[in-house]
Amino acid sequence: MADDAESVVGNEVVEQVAHLARIQIDSDSVSNYASEMSGVLELAAQMDQVDTSLVEPMAHPVRAVQRLREDVVTETDRREAFQDIAPSVENGYYLVPPVIE
Amino acid sequence: MHTLTLAEMRSALESGDFSSVELCRHYIDRIKSQNEALNAFVSITEEQAMEAARVADQKRASGNLDGALHGLPIGHKDIFCTDGVRTTCGSRMLEEFVPPYNATVVEKLKAAGAICLGKTNMDEFAMGSSNENSYFGAVRNPWDNDRVPGGSSGGSAAAVGGRLVPACTGTDTGGSIRQPAAFCGITGLKPTYGRVSRYGMIAFASSLDQGGPMAVTAEDCALLLNEMAGFDERDSTSIERDKDDYVSSLGNSIDGVKIGLPKQYFDAGLDSSIATALQVAIAELEKLGAKFVDIDLANQHLSVPAYYIVAPAECSSNLARFDGVRYGHRCDDPKDLEDLYKRSRAEGFGREVKRRILVGTYALSAGYYDAYYLKAQKIRSLISRDFSQAFESVDFILGPTTPSPAFKLGEKTGDPVEMYLNDIYTIPANLAGLPGISVPCGEAEGLPVGMQLVGNYFDEARLLNVAHQYQAVTDWHTRLPE
Repeated sequence: MADDAESVVGNEVVEQVAHLARIQIDSDSVSNYASEMSGVLELAAQMDQVDTSLVEPMAHPVRAVQRLREDVVTETDRREAFQDIAPSVENGYYLVPPVIE
Repeated sequence: MHTLTLAEMRSALESGDFSSVELCRHYIDRIKSQNEALNAFVSITEEQAMEAARVADQKRASGNLDGALHGLPIGHKDIFCTDGVRTTCGSRMLEEFVPPYNATVVEKLKAAGAICLGKTNMDEFAMGSSNENSYFGAVRNPWDNDRVPGGSSGGSAAAVGGRLVPACTGTDTGGSIRQPAAFCGITGLKPTYGRVSRYGMIAFASSLDQGGPMAVTAEDCALLLNEMAGFDERDSTSIERDKDDYVSSLGNSIDGVKIGLPKQYFDAGLDSSIATALQVAIAELEKLGAKFVDIDLANQHLSVPAYYIVAPAECSSNLARFDGVRYGHRCDDPKDLEDLYKRSRAEGFGREVKRRILVGTYALSAGYYDAYYLKAQKIRSLISRDFSQAFESVDFILGPTTPSPAFKLGEKTGDPVEMYLNDIYTIPANLAGLPGISVPCGEAEGLPVGMQLVGNYFDEARLLNVAHQYQAVTDWHTRLPE
């Protein structure tokens, strides 16, 4: 990780990451995000002070393992209740703009 | 009425000093007269609450009590889904979201007889340490309206601190119960990770998020935790372990308990007024028989850097669900699906949320995973190991909850990293999954100061008892803003 805040995250990286996260960023705020993200990543760079090559990453705070359950239906069908709160539905389907022209 | 604790109100209701209708009316009137100044509530459920209070009084008259909290008013942080009641999570994204189900915590408290008076303001999606990140406006500290109440459960803390409601639920991902509790002069407990169900609690960072009680006293927190805690099969990270009775152990002596003082918690970064208040609190606890030893939490200083990778990474994943399709905000006239996603999310999320999603997306993106997320999870192991070693020789760990008393609105909004450093004493317990409580222990510049006690896993009962014993001989928790 770089020492210079400017070089940690540049404008192109912000635009690329914003696309991955599907968030539109106005062009005039890109450089602000770049410098704020750089600040956070500089903070994160403090982690490099310690050698963790022999440390296992934490998987769960109390070392619990994923619980399994019987493969049976546990939820009732509440499609109408859930679709009532959707921005746009028709005949039980969620509506979005056409994907294929 | 509003100077009483939940426990005292319960006795008063039992002996007929007043009814639930009178009690709820009193608090709703307080909310109505003071919320304009504090902005602690985003929704007031007056009609439902008064109806529930009438039913509670009728049931009481016929000797039929719902549970331990029968007829007692509470508030819910607006992160907990409430069936038929708008749940915003402090975000424009969910400005009109009315959940079709209750969070487990909401369900359990309701089953115990508690009456919800409204939903409290919060930092958007629980991201913030000052409650300045709410789409519904900043919350103000009841002790000084020019100061922040802390965050993210700032609405809950301000509401209880100003006695607009006697108790509230909160959630704590990096200090969001304990830090605002300290700033507003109340008691707040973050339980062990997995102790309280996350079902219906809108997810921010799933490996850190934990719900808990915020109230005037440790005893009231125990009353609430008795109902909130327990295994829930609907939360895959809920721990399959019986809950304790957090109330019955409150009379125990703390003579001989060993409390560790991490040298890293009392360094130069700590405001001297806080350090002074803590020294007085330590002396009080010594009088009760507690023994203090110095301990070393060597990797403590890496908590904030690790947290501000883990939390954004998990948030970027959790908040991917807000896509403008199934529920939540949708932009007008999307030209295609990508435009719908991008503009709905750009309009629905506030600046801090977007920043964290971007940081998290970056940290998880190809080529950076090992350097950031994996590294942070390894740091978590080190921090957790430090705690485990400390708990081999001590029962509890004591320190400050915050580096300073409540700061002024706008004071730290310019620099995200400066804001993040407020969480330095609270984050370690989240990273390790340990329970922690903040207890009022003094005043600095006329503002409340909080003392934090961290316990070992699932040791909430003893933790609450230490706080309760301390509150039995001190009166900081009873003090009210002017």
